[in-house]
Amino acid sequence: MSEVVISARSVSKRFGSGTHAVHALDDVSVDIFQNEFFTMLGPSGCGKTTLLRLIGGFEQTTAGEIALEGRVLNDLPPFKRPINTVFQSYALFPHLTVRQNITFGLEMQNISRHDASKRADEMLELVRLSQFGDRQPSQLSGGQQQRIALARALAPAPKVLLLDEPLSALDLKLRKEMQIELKRLQTETGITFVFVTHDQEEALAMSDRIAVMKSGKILQIGTPRDIYETPTHRFVADFIGDSNFLQGDIKQNGAHAVLALPGGQNVSLANVETGIHLSQSATIGIRPERLILHPAGTHNTALRGKIADVVYFGTDTTYHITIDDQTALLARVQNRDGSTMAFAKGNNVDITLPAGAIRVLVD
Amino acid sequence: MEIFTRHKRFWLIAPAVIYIGFFMGLPLVQMAYVSILERGVNGGVEWGNFSFDSYVSFIFERDLMDNLMVNTDYLQIFLRSFGLSALTTVLALILGFPTAFYIAMQPQKRRNMFIFLVTIPFWTNILVRNYAWMLLLRNGGLIDHLLASVGIQTGGLDILYTPYAVSIGLTYTYLPFMVLPIYASLEKLDHRLIEAAFDLGANKRKAMTRIILPLAAPGIVAGAILVFIPCLGAYVTPELLGGGKFMMISNLIGSQFGAARNWPFGSALSFVLLAMVLLAMLVYSLKFKKMAEDAS
Ligand SMILES: Nc1ncnc2c1ncn2[C@@H]1O[C@H](COP(=O)(O)OP(=O)(O)OP(=O)(O)O)[C@@H](O)[C@H]1O
Ligand SMILES: [Mg+2]
Repeated sequence: MSEVVISARSVSKRFGSGTHAVHALDDVSVDIFQNEFFTMLGPSGCGKTTLLRLIGGFEQTTAGEIALEGRVLNDLPPFKRPINTVFQSYALFPHLTVRQNITFGLEMQNISRHDASKRADEMLELVRLSQFGDRQPSQLSGGQQQRIALARALAPAPKVLLLDEPLSALDLKLRKEMQIELKRLQTETGITFVFVTHDQEEALAMSDRIAVMKSGKILQIGTPRDIYETPTHRFVADFIGDSNFLQGDIKQNGAHAVLALPGGQNVSLANVETGIHLSQSATIGIRPERLILHPAGTHNTALRGKIADVVYFGTDTTYHITIDDQTALLARVQNRDGSTMAFAKGNNVDITLPAGAIRVLVD
Repeated sequence: MEIFTRHKRFWLIAPAVIYIGFFMGLPLVQMAYVSILERGVNGGVEWGNFSFDSYVSFIFERDLMDNLMVNTDYLQIFLRSFGLSALTTVLALILGFPTAFYIAMQPQKRRNMFIFLVTIPFWTNILVRNYAWMLLLRNGGLIDHLLASVGIQTGGLDILYTPYAVSIGLTYTYLPFMVLPIYASLEKLDHRLIEAAFDLGANKRKAMTRIILPLAAPGIVAGAILVFIPCLGAYVTPELLGGGKFMMISNLIGSQFGAARNWPFGSALSFVLLAMVLLAMLVYSLKFKKMAEDAS
């Protein structure tokens, strides 16, 4: 594993006091590694910006500490931290030209005018806006402003770059372009990026690792694949991609544990490794594309269900299934040339759940 | 969208145009006319007798032999007025900027209260306020007394009836005109720009000089104009706090229409003042425009 750059240890942040106190962050610990594209993902108000502002030095922790390469930063003001930020609103200085915006951070480090100017040229080239140096920020489009904000933050070669939903103001097409652009910049500069978004697709597409947050806590940290395929919490499975949830009691049935659904059927938990505690109510999650559908009566250990609706999407078909008239399931089947049986609305089906696709989730 | 036709739009602004034309344009024309007439022996003017004497006598006087001699008395009063106004503007800026900055940094609710407090002096008549300053500044007055009791000052303060007293009074009077426009420009200032400056390594001083001051410049310029121009026309404060010894332009003009009974000269002085103010504004706006262009 490479070196830890940012390390947050049991960080809590409270705004206000007494009955009006808001616990924006609650005992958050995370290590961010050198040269990593690290994303914090979560719904609005979960504390993403707060954590970023604590790292940047714009807020003080209520408890816990944040360290940069092992050195505790707590009392260091923002202008003494080798960390730069790309603000959501870009915050370009309106009275300075694009070039002056980029050289601002360099001048603050007392870098000579000549070197600063050279560096500005490099940065403009990096974000592919070489011919825009003499413009005012107000004369740029949203996407261009965004790239200048990036260039400005990258120019002083910070150890860490913080990005707070930098793409949220852009339209979808530009957003996709900028996602690729950002990833390219991160690889080319080798700077650690800490990226905040509430867009799960964006997070999956760009990140080396993702921290999923909810109400001031980090629920799970992992690679996009980990997060998608082995979510630990119901919230994580629900927030990222589509998921089926089945609730029931865990019981012993012969040699194996099963999840007893309220309608009377059992889901076999044989070979499901983690999180099984007998005689407890539990939630399991399974992705729609991992369900396997069979014609009714062909699999006697399978769940029996009924097709409630069929939605055709071109590349795949989504089946809405009900089990015992009370539990809803979603199954997604790829449409391959003749190889899949199509089911019609009202058909009975047998549904098997591969053990490797079942996750026992924390609520 | 054309809601109003040109014709209808004229009627919308007509009241303002008529009001200004009648109560400002017309008197100005009349003053200009009076300034090129001969003075009447007992005040008033000799209608129909044209003369540029009034403008000439701003700088020259006639000696007994009817030769023109340079007389700088009036010029000095003008210079003093400009000097005092400039001093007042600087003082108001030094006091006003931090005040406006402080208010702008407060939470919204408190800001409104502070703004309210800033405007409170307007509720009292200007004469009363200047008399109050006389009581404060005079020998044996409150300030003198306080200074004496802490042992800084023994004997008289001797500041009342000096140009300094006038400047103090003017600064007090016009300070809100400095605070309010600066506050307005600081209040609009995006707080995130200051954070961005800190983020890029600027300390507080650099953030102030490189980001906050340039962005507040329009407010500072507006404040400076709003203080400087009315200061030039100040009448009550120099009269009371200057004790009539340190005349400013308005007092001079006032005396021409009053005791001196020289209406043409009073009118001429008014026009010289108007010309100077317009010139100063022109230079200033050109310079500021250039500054803005240089910055961009
Ligand atoms: N300065 C503040 N004073 C009081 N409460 C605050 C302050 N800043 C943030 N909060 C609260 O802290 C919580 C977390 O806010 P934060 O801005 O970190 O959310 P976020 O995850 O960035 O949300 P979003 O996706 O909407 O930007 C919210 O409940 C918010 O209301
Ligand atoms: Mg946020």
